[in-house]
Amino acid sequence: MQHLVSIISAPWPWYIAGALIGLTVPTLLLIGNKTFGISSNLRHLCAACFPSNISFFKYDWKKEAWNLFFVGGIIIGAFIATYLLANPQAIIIHPSLQADLTQLGITDFNHLLPNELFSFKALFTLRGFILMVVGGFLVGFGTRYANGCTSGHSIMGLSNLQWPSLVATICFMLGGFIMTNFILPFILQLK
Amino acid sequence: MSLIEQKNISTEKIATHNNATVKENNFHLLKYSLVGIVFGIVFVKAEIISWFRIQEMFKLQSFHMYGVIGTAVVVAALSVALIKKFKIKTIGGEAVVITNKPFTKGNIYGGLLFGLGWAMTGACPGPLFAQIGAGIGSIVVVIASALLGTWTYGYFKEQLPH
Repeated sequence: MQHLVSIISAPWPWYIAGALIGLTVPTLLLIGNKTFGISSNLRHLCAACFPSNISFFKYDWKKEAWNLFFVGGIIIGAFIATYLLANPQAIIIHPSLQADLTQLGITDFNHLLPNELFSFKALFTLRGFILMVVGGFLVGFGTRYANGCTSGHSIMGLSNLQWPSLVATICFMLGGFIMTNFILPFILQLK
Repeated sequence: MSLIEQKNISTEKIATHNNATVKENNFHLLKYSLVGIVFGIVFVKAEIISWFRIQEMFKLQSFHMYGVIGTAVVVAALSVALIKKFKIKTIGGEAVVITNKPFTKGNIYGGLLFGLGWAMTGACPGPLFAQIGAGIGSIVVVIASALLGTWTYGYFKEQLPH
């Protein structure tokens, strides 16, 4: 039993995580004919809270409520994993990433996100504001413009052999490569 | 729009199959929360919601995220192929319907913009919600900003190239 607990609390390997995420697709299809896609919820929340007479938000979002229930589950699951199945060890970070970040004044490697960049306090630094507010905006704007995110395109779309999803996935990766390697080093200097 | 309409039809069919009232229907939606709970646990336990893992992915310093996404695609694709080949029905007895993703220029422009944001926040929409559950309260600001982004897209949709 002790052994089982330590296996579950240690970080899960990619093949277990990948398989479980992959199985979400047939599970949602078979329990209710639902296609996997999380970013749609941002649209449903806009339609529910601020439709503002915009045609893009004028539809019956309540019919899509299953997806909001799904997201509610994600929040609960993350809570359970964090507070009941916590990993007692510090997370392992690639040494050269750690060295690069330390040079830029980021020293919190004990959390999933460094609190020098993601916290209410960080919001009042230029780099924290850019990452949280501008970054968040790009996620919301980009996913809807692209008609899907990593779940809707890269997992659901690719598994259904949709070539537009492959185009979108390549663009997601390209955008990420450009940001991390060419733009982020400058943003992180704006303390 | 057709996607939503098709989904609406399927939801209604399930409701009639179960002869459910509105209240019961909401109760049925809890099964999606159960799937979400497993999903949220995986997100945290495999550190997929970690900003560091995303930076390592885009710096090619770790195989982890490629392994996760690659395995997920293979498992999902095999499942979808099996569902189609054996015409497996849903638990409500319906044929499984998967809508196609039409190509638009938005796949490129929106995809690039989302990629930039993904590397900045270290999170796509699913992990953003999981980060809230993981107790990182300031992520409500990121989600509020993402909602503003989606709203702004809706506002300017007609003017944008598609």
